[in-house]
Amino acid sequence: MRRLLLEHDQVPGIETYEVYRKQGGYRSVEKALKKMSPEDVLEEVKKSGLRGRGGAGFPTGMKWSFLAKPEGVPRHLLCNADESEPGTFKDRYLMEKIPHLLIEGMITSSYALGANVSYIYIRGEYMWVLDILEKAVAEAYDNGWLGKNILGSGFDLDLYVCPGGGAYICGEETALIESLEGKRGNPRMKPPFPAVAGLWGRPTVVNNVESIAAVVPIVNDGGDEYAKIGVGRSTGTKLISACGNLERPGVYEIEMGITVEEFIYGDDYCRGIAKGKKLKACVPGGSSVPILPHYLVTKTATGEDRLMTYESLAEGGFESGSMLGSGGFIVFDEDQCIVRNTWNFARFYAHESCGQCSPCREGTGWMEKVLNRLEHGQGNMRDIDLLADINKKIEGNTICPLGDAAAWPVAAAIRHFRDEFEWHVNHREEAQKRNYGLISEKTASA
Amino acid sequence: MVKVTIDDQVIEVEPGTTILNAARQIGGDIVPPAMCYYSKLPGTGGKCRTCLVEVVQGSEKDPRPMPKLMVSCSTTVQDGMVVRNKTSERVQKNRAGVVEFLLINHPLDCPICDQAGECHLQDLGFENGGAGTRYEEERRTFAPRDIGNKIKLHMNRCILCYRCVHVAKQLTDQRVHGVLNRGEHAEISTYIENAIENDFSGNMIDVCPVGALTDKTFRFKSRVWFLKPLNASCSCNKCSGKAVVWMFGDEIYRVTARKDAYGEVEEQDGKAGWICNDCRFDKKDVHNWQIEGPRVINRHSVISQGHYLSPRQHDQKKIK
Amino acid sequence: MSSTTPVDMSLRHSEKPQFSEEKMAEVQRIIAQFPEGKEKSALIRILHIAEEEFGGWLSIETMDYVAEILEIQPIEVYEVATFYTMFNLDKTGKYVFEVCRTGPCMLVGSDQLIEHIGKKLNIKVGETTADGMFTLKTAECLGACGYGPMLQCGKKYHEHLTPEKVDQLIEAYRSGNTNTES
Repeated sequence: MRRLLLEHDQVPGIETYEVYRKQGGYRSVEKALKKMSPEDVLEEVKKSGLRGRGGAGFPTGMKWSFLAKPEGVPRHLLCNADESEPGTFKDRYLMEKIPHLLIEGMITSSYALGANVSYIYIRGEYMWVLDILEKAVAEAYDNGWLGKNILGSGFDLDLYVCPGGGAYICGEETALIESLEGKRGNPRMKPPFPAVAGLWGRPTVVNNVESIAAVVPIVNDGGDEYAKIGVGRSTGTKLISACGNLERPGVYEIEMGITVEEFIYGDDYCRGIAKGKKLKACVPGGSSVPILPHYLVTKTATGEDRLMTYESLAEGGFESGSMLGSGGFIVFDEDQCIVRNTWNFARFYAHESCGQCSPCREGTGWMEKVLNRLEHGQGNMRDIDLLADINKKIEGNTICPLGDAAAWPVAAAIRHFRDEFEWHVNHREEAQKRNYGLISEKTASA
Repeated sequence: MVKVTIDDQVIEVEPGTTILNAARQIGGDIVPPAMCYYSKLPGTGGKCRTCLVEVVQGSEKDPRPMPKLMVSCSTTVQDGMVVRNKTSERVQKNRAGVVEFLLINHPLDCPICDQAGECHLQDLGFENGGAGTRYEEERRTFAPRDIGNKIKLHMNRCILCYRCVHVAKQLTDQRVHGVLNRGEHAEISTYIENAIENDFSGNMIDVCPVGALTDKTFRFKSRVWFLKPLNASCSCNKCSGKAVVWMFGDEIYRVTARKDAYGEVEEQDGKAGWICNDCRFDKKDVHNWQIEGPRVINRHSVISQGHYLSPRQHDQKKIK
Repeated sequence: MSSTTPVDMSLRHSEKPQFSEEKMAEVQRIIAQFPEGKEKSALIRILHIAEEEFGGWLSIETMDYVAEILEIQPIEVYEVATFYTMFNLDKTGKYVFEVCRTGPCMLVGSDQLIEHIGKKLNIKVGETTADGMFTLKTAECLGACGYGPMLQCGKKYHEHLTPEKVDQLIEAYRSGNTNTES
C-alpha cells in the first residue's frame, strides 16, 4: 500500500517548514526549477494520467495544455480549496496536516504554467486552515521558495490565500473566479473557458487541492512511476473521505483499484459498518453522485467486483452505477431512511443554488418542497413521478453542473428505492412520526 | 460569412453571430423566445433558458451533434451548423419545462397587472405552457419595497432576468439596486430604502419582460390594449426624443421607448433608442410631442390584433 | 415563505465604524494581494474582518464603510454580503452555534443534536438566548463529515459531539473559556 500524499501525515511537526523539509519536502521545486523546463513538468503530469481530484476527473495535464499563453498577459493558477461537497473533507485534512505539500505543489505547478501570481481559494468556514496555510506560506517566503528569483532560476512567484464566504457553488471553477473577484458566486457562461479568459479575463487554470499536491510526487518520481499505480485510466492514489455509519470514518489514501469491499470492510480502512449493522446503501463520490443500494456497492450489476476507480464505480451507467466524484464516500446502515436523506440532500442543493438560471432556482426549491412533504407523510403517489419529471427538466438545462448535481441523487434514490417512497405515501401517520430508522423492504429481505 | 440552418431555413451570417440572432435575421416562427437576453445590453443572456435549441450538427468540419440543448442567445454559430428549434420535440418539451419553472412561483395576477397584454411571460406561457399546474406548494412572496415615485417594483412577478441590473450598470452613473440573496430567495432590491432615480432609470421598465417593474405614473390607469400607440417625437437634450405615446382620446396615458418585434428598444440614429425619464414620466401633454403617426405593434399580443378579433378571425388571419 | 431582506433600523449602527490603525494595515495588506484596479477582489475577506471588528455582524454602516475603502458602490457590497451564508446581517448572540445538518452529519445524529441544544438553551433554531450569549443556527455541510455530529462556533470546529459534550461546551462558553477543545 503506497501513500504518496499522506506518507508523513503522522510525523510530529510535519506542519512546520523544518520538519517538512527534513522529510524531503520541496524537492520537486528544486528538481523542476533547476533541471526541468515548464514543458518537461507538463509532460510528466500528462504521463502520470492524473485526473482532476475535485470530482469531474478531467485529465490535469490536458487541462494545463489548454491554457492560452498570449504575449504579455499574466496567467494565474488558482487552487480550488472550496471543499463543500457533502461527504468530502479530504482537502481539509491534507491542508491541515501537511500545508507545505500544497504550497510545494502550487510552486511547481505555477512554474509549469508560467504563473507568477497564484491564489489558494479556501472556503470561508475553514478560516483556521487559512491561518495554517498563511503561516506556511510565510515560512516558504522566508526560506526562499516564494518571491523573486526562486532558487536563482529567474522564476518569480507570489502566493496568496483567499477565503470564501460560505457558498457551495464557489467550488464550480467559474463561480470561484467570480468570488475571487469579490462578486457573488454566479457561475459564468462557457465559453469562454477559464483557460482563455478566467480571473480578471486572464488565462487561468483552476485545480483541486489534491490534484496540485499530487504534482509533487509526480515530479519527484516521474509521471511513469505514478501511472504504474492504479488500474487503466485511474492512475495513482486517491484521497477518500469516508463518513456515515462506518466503524472507522476518516480520510484514507488508497491506491486506485482496491476493491470497494476491502475499503469498507478492510482492517486498513473503514473496518465495516458501525455497531455491527448491515450495509444498506452507499454514495461513493460525494452527495451529488447516484446512490447505490447495498447489492450494487461491492459488486457491479454483472457480478464483478466493484473497484475504487473512476471506471468501475461508474460501471453500469446511471442504471446500476455511480461515480468516484470527489471521493466523498458516504455509507448508510440498515436503519437509515432513504427518503429523509434524499430530502436532506435536496434541501442542501436548494440552499446552495445561486438562483441565476431558472431551472435550478425554481427546480431545486420545488424538489425540496415535494420531498419534504413525502418524508413527512403528506405526499401522494403522483409526487414520486413528479419528482422524476422535475429532475429531467433540470438535468442538462442549467448554466453549471449544480443542476445535475441536484437532480442525480433524487433520480437515483427513486430508481433504487421507489418502495420506500411509496411506503411514505401508504403509511402517512407512521411516516409523520418516524423521522429515521425506516427499514427498506429491500434491505430487510437481503 | 458562415452558413447556418435553423429549422430547415438556411442563412448566411457574420462569424460570431449567435444562433438566436441568426434566427432573428431569418425571422418568423423559428425565432426562439428570449426572456433574459437583450441585444442592446451586453452581458445579458444565458439565465432564463427559454431559448434552448438543439444543435444536431455542430459544423461542417465537426458534424457531431451537441449532446446538451444549447442556449441560442449565447452560442455562436459555426459554418455548417444545423439547429432545430420548432422542429425539435426535445426542445419543445424542455422549453415547456422551463416555462413551468418560470410560472410556478409567478403570482398569475395578470388581471390586475399593468404588463398584461404586452407581457413576454404571458406570450411564453400561451405558446409553450401547460393548461394546468402541478405546483401544489405555496407561492413565493417578497416583502414590498419602495424604489421611488416613478417606478413600481413588484418582486413577486420577477423572473430574475437581470436586465434591469444591466440597465443600471450600463445606462446610469450610479447603481443602487441589484440582485440580493440567492437561490429561490434571490431578489431585485436596493437593500436599504433607496429611490432609483437617474435620468435613464425608467428604461428598466421597458426592458422588464414581466410586470415586475412598471410605470407608477401609469399604474392602474388603463389596460394597454385600450390605448392607441403613436410614434411621437420631441426635442430633448438628454435622449433622442423619439418615443411612443399611448393615448386614450386626447390624453397621453404613458410614454415608452419604441420597441421592435422582440420587445427591444429600436435603434435611433445608430444608437439604442433609450428614452430619458423626463420624456417618459413628465411629458404627458400632447403639446410636448409631435405626433408622427400610428405605431404598429409588431407582436402577436392583444394590442397588435387590430383590437378584438374573435378567435376565429384570429385563426383566419394566421392562415393567410 | 417571505423574503427576509431587512429594511428596519435594527440593521444600522448608530456610529460610523472605523478600523483601528492595526486593522487598517491588515486590510491594506490584503488589498495589496491583488493587481491595481482589481481591489474589489479583497471584498469577502475584508467583510470577514469587518464583521469580527464591528460586533459580529454587518450593519449597513459597516458595509457602506467597506464600500468606501474599496471605492465601490454600496450595492456591490450588499449583493455579496447577502449571497454568502457566513455573513450575519443582523445582530447575533455572543456565541453563534452553527450545527451542520447535511446528510453525513444527519446519519450520525445531527437532528437529535440540534434538538438537544435547542432544549438546553431554550431557543429555536435562528433564535438567541435571552441573555444574548448564544444564537443557534443550522448550517449546510461544513466539511467535517467523518467527525460528526459537529458545530462551528467562530473559527472553531467542535466535532464528535454528544449531548454530554455539548452541555460541557455550553458551560465552558458561559464561563468565558472559549479555548475549549472538542
